[in-house]
Amino acid sequence: MKKKWYLLIVALLSLGMVLTACGGGDKKEEPADNAEKGEKTEATDFKAAMVTDIGGVDDKSFNQSAWEGLNAWGEEHGLKEKENFDYAQSTTKADYMPNITRLVRDDYNIIFAIGFELKEDVEKAADQYPDTHFAIVDDIVEKDNVASVVFKEHQGSFLVGVAAAMKTKTNKVGFVGGIDSPLINKFESGFIAGVKSVNPDIEVDVQYAESFGAPDKGKIIASNMYNNDIDVIYHAAGGTGNGVFNEAKDIKKSDPEREIWVIGVDRDQHEEGQIGDHNVTLTSMVKRVDVAVHDLTNKAMNGEHHGGETLEYGIEEDGISVATTNEDAMTQDIIDAVKEWENKILSGEIEAPKTREETEEFIKGL
Amino acid sequence: MTTNHKRSAILIPIISVLLGIIAGAIIMLVSGYNPITGYSALFRGAFGDAYAIGETIRRTTPYILSGLAVAFAFRASLFNIGAEGQVIVGWLTAVWIGISVDAPMIIHLPLAILGAAIAGAIWGFIPGLLKAKLGVHEVIVTIMMNYIALFSTNEIIRNVLTDHKTTTESIKDSASMSSEWLSSMTYYSRLHYGILLALFVAVIIWFIIERTTLGFEIKAVGFNPHASRYAGMNVSKNIILAMVISGALGGLAGAMEGLGTYGNISVMSGFSNIGFDGIAVALLGANTPLGVILAALLFGSLKEGANEMPTGAGVPTELVDIIIALIIFFVASSYIIRWALLRYQGRKAK
Repeated sequence: MKKKWYLLIVALLSLGMVLTACGGGDKKEEPADNAEKGEKTEATDFKAAMVTDIGGVDDKSFNQSAWEGLNAWGEEHGLKEKENFDYAQSTTKADYMPNITRLVRDDYNIIFAIGFELKEDVEKAADQYPDTHFAIVDDIVEKDNVASVVFKEHQGSFLVGVAAAMKTKTNKVGFVGGIDSPLINKFESGFIAGVKSVNPDIEVDVQYAESFGAPDKGKIIASNMYNNDIDVIYHAAGGTGNGVFNEAKDIKKSDPEREIWVIGVDRDQHEEGQIGDHNVTLTSMVKRVDVAVHDLTNKAMNGEHHGGETLEYGIEEDGISVATTNEDAMTQDIIDAVKEWENKILSGEIEAPKTREETEEFIKGL
Repeated sequence: MTTNHKRSAILIPIISVLLGIIAGAIIMLVSGYNPITGYSALFRGAFGDAYAIGETIRRTTPYILSGLAVAFAFRASLFNIGAEGQVIVGWLTAVWIGISVDAPMIIHLPLAILGAAIAGAIWGFIPGLLKAKLGVHEVIVTIMMNYIALFSTNEIIRNVLTDHKTTTESIKDSASMSSEWLSSMTYYSRLHYGILLALFVAVIIWFIIERTTLGFEIKAVGFNPHASRYAGMNVSKNIILAMVISGALGGLAGAMEGLGTYGNISVMSGFSNIGFDGIAVALLGANTPLGVILAALLFGSLKEGANEMPTGAGVPTELVDIIIALIIFFVASSYIIRWALLRYQGRKAK
């Protein structure tokens, strides 16, 4: 027994030594590295970073959009990735806090937390590091050094609901949500209200995948929906939505005649819908997280960090829009209808519902 | 022969770890990364400073318990894939008690921990009972129990503990294992007292396995249930007990997260992986408590350090998952190699 312990300890120690040796090697390289990079860096020493939620920075949706915002900001000021802006990827909930802390300690001036899942962690971090500026997207944190960025997703969802209602031939449309939560309920509520506003007889099937990072579940739900005669699916599910696209493209590939559509979310997901000469992306509810991130970083750089405030981006603020990239699918009459309802929302004639209760009220009032 | 056997039992995990790390280096080289900067970032991420060490230990804590859960069942030749579900119900119960009960700490905290253990034990009892009485394979039942745990927990969080929110409120201080002292010592890491409990439980499990009749019977049933029955042991009772204890350990792992790290529970979009990683930890730790502790530490450091790799060296975090998978692969395949070796030696002896 003793021998066993002894051997294990020796092995672990030697492992440690190998790794420490590696650490030494690294230090030797660093100065040369920095000198090389130093030539290219500009005068600005403002640093911005973001922590993704578990969707990851390449989710083709929400996180990616935020990252594009940071990249645009970097480009505007001629800055380089990893030096003045960076991201930290989270694979589980447990990663949020260490990622935030790591960025704080790397002296980033503003740290974006992408997604409502990071709310508690941002709250804690804001207390622990009162000198760092934070921003959270999609939720509200009431701390003096946290700016909260929220979007009026219900407005955009209402408009794509109108588009879906105009497009459907089976009078059945579907909604695939990520996690059943107040945030995604906003998408759901707006969408249902939009659909019913055009034609109250259209059925809306609502399903939640309970994840923003499970394309496999998205695919299964989409497959069931398309099998049940649903021909338009709106997804608000981040990475899970890629499964919806995948399924739609699979069906389209084997049966190009079948008319099925996906409505994308957060970014213009036109690319995701391309299959041969067809494109299954009807439209996308574009939530300009990139605009918000870019905008806020610039503001913070100029010394006006909106700590303790909630910044709301809607149609008016160019934070929400409906994509019209797919010209074959988005016919003029659909675009006109969307415009019409958009004006109604802007003029305050109707108010898109944000919760299930409001949706019920809304439908009763139709 | 026995010393040979023992030596290979120790050497195989170590060689596997080294092979896994070397293979990871090769993959980094092939993908155009510098393995030296990659691994140094990994090391810095896990042990670079007080904060990293604190987080590494925090991450190790539930792994020790979930590893013990799987290892204990393995001793009775039961494959408890349900550790994951047991972690979830334990987590939920701990937080539930933490929120709803009002009591001084000396009652509240033990009550919450005990509640978590009991919840996990129930989650282990059901597959144990089905296995012992009806011969239903525990792997299938525990996998299903994982999903039941996941989805009912989400439902309870949404509709019982909160009014359609995704995260519960925080547990009361009297049920919290977090420690101002440990946390401030490690630059505000989430290190909590749970590690002491985990190590203590490991000692108890070692004692049960090595020094008690119960442990002996469970091992005997694991080796050969028919012989054990012939020897007068109650096989069903031992199977159920093994699963109950295993489940209780899983529940405790959940309590670590609920009472220590987070102080709340959120709707889970997928499995926490604490239980699933526990399988790997148990396998690497050769199902012994000490081995489990060391393997848990290795996993905790790898997973914690992984987050430093993209920022420190530009290496994607997924690489660490590949390394872990390779380590497990080598452990598993070494068993095949050893089996082949033993076969070969046996034939020679004839």
